[in-house]
Amino acid sequence: MNKREGEGWSRKTLDAAQERDVSANPSSPVIVAFKVFQQELDTKHDKYERLVKISRDVTIESKRTIFLLHRVANVPDAEDVLNEAEGKLDGVRQKIGQIAEELRGEDIYQFHKAFTPGIQEYVEAVSFLHYIRHRSLISLEEVNARLVFMRTDKAEPKGSAEAAPSGAHVLTFQVTPSDYLLGVADLTGELMRMCISSVGNGDIDTPFQLSQFLRQIYDGFSFIGNTGPYEVSKKLHTLRQSLGKVEDACYTLRVRGSEIPKHMLADLFCSRTAHIDPEEGVA
Amino acid sequence: MSVTEMFSYIQGFLSADQDVREDIRKVVQNLEQTAREILTVLQSVHQPSGFKEIPSRCAKARELFCTVRTQLADLKTKFPVEQYYRFHEHWRFVLQRLAFLAAFVVYLESEALVTREEVAQILGIEVVREKGFHLDVEDYLAGVLIMASELSRLAVNSVTAGDYGRPLRISNFINELDSGFRLLNLKNDPLRKRYDGLKYDVKKIEEVVYDLSIRGLAKEPESGGDK
Repeated sequence: MNKREGEGWSRKTLDAAQERDVSANPSSPVIVAFKVFQQELDTKHDKYERLVKISRDVTIESKRTIFLLHRVANVPDAEDVLNEAEGKLDGVRQKIGQIAEELRGEDIYQFHKAFTPGIQEYVEAVSFLHYIRHRSLISLEEVNARLVFMRTDKAEPKGSAEAAPSGAHVLTFQVTPSDYLLGVADLTGELMRMCISSVGNGDIDTPFQLSQFLRQIYDGFSFIGNTGPYEVSKKLHTLRQSLGKVEDACYTLRVRGSEIPKHMLADLFCSRTAHIDPEEGVA
Repeated sequence: MSVTEMFSYIQGFLSADQDVREDIRKVVQNLEQTAREILTVLQSVHQPSGFKEIPSRCAKARELFCTVRTQLADLKTKFPVEQYYRFHEHWRFVLQRLAFLAAFVVYLESEALVTREEVAQILGIEVVREKGFHLDVEDYLAGVLIMASELSRLAVNSVTAGDYGRPLRISNFINELDSGFRLLNLKNDPLRKRYDGLKYDVKKIEEVVYDLSIRGLAKEPESGGDK
């Protein structure tokens, strides 16, 4: 029973050791019971791993969508980019559909840790797109309303008992309020970047709109305070920094904007942010 | 929906969530109190005079498990049953302790490993998730591991009390348990960490058995409690 050696053993010897243990007393009730536990735990861990994998895919695709959306200001036809982003998000939703499928009949919260990063990233992407289109905050209901999936039961004989004989059933995925909140907190970072780059493009209306919107979100988070999950208070700090940057940008625009001809404004601001950025990167 | 409306909606959800947690915490505190009482009752088996009292102590402990059952029934009413894992961490610790206590009682009575079904029955809860408030398999296993370290202590104390047969029986039992746990593919989680401690309990008991055998004390007829 030397465990320290056991850790260095190859998989094969370990299996052999397991067999020896079992063959020592294969019919003992303890061994029989533990075989059941083995199966149960393995099933659970496998499901967890599958969910982690899907969640990572969701994260990656959502991040790409966000990068794509940052290009909106640089291209002549914004609508094309927005439609492309919408298409990407449809792909992400398909993946979330897979999560919903894995979670059928399970307790969502049992596996919540496996997929929460992906869902937060998705909320960030979808709310960013929504803001660019409508200049408003997407609501939790609107997020959840898009996460309804139709599935046909042919592939899954298991589900056919509960579903209607027609073969189609509805799967839903509910984003939890906490995930929504954390996704929105991440959104503010993207909005800050959007603000700075829009000034770079000579757009002087967007920063003011953004600062107003960010202030509303900041007020909202202050209203929630520490009733929220632990992560919220951490993100509140970053949110404050983002808001500070955006407000500074608006301030500069207001003060210097009246002194300098409009066509030179972009140059002025670009050089200013270039000076600021390296320091902020360190801080 | 404006930003402010959205945030006050979320705030409402969060404070409702906190209220539920507050309720759960109160019940769990009571449960912990009862669990401590049961442990105190059972601790007396480590006393030299305790071996004769084992049946009466177990009976007393089983009485206290009635209180546990009503308290767990109370806990069940505090949250929607399908959200078990949302609040799981609030009672995970105490449920593991209770699983340990139930396992210990059953071991003292019959010297056999309690099944998950028996624990669930003693605590008045379900085995499978679909049926309601249940005993998670990992919590059950954690409880069994706590019992293993309690048994290694019992082996030492039973020698002190002059019961030389018991350590041998405990040794067989723990070895079987160890083989059982080795069938599991544990992840790097709290259960795995606790399982890593099992080898020290095994070692400790083997040392006791060794001490007894080289002194020829291990041959004692298995009468049990022959002080």
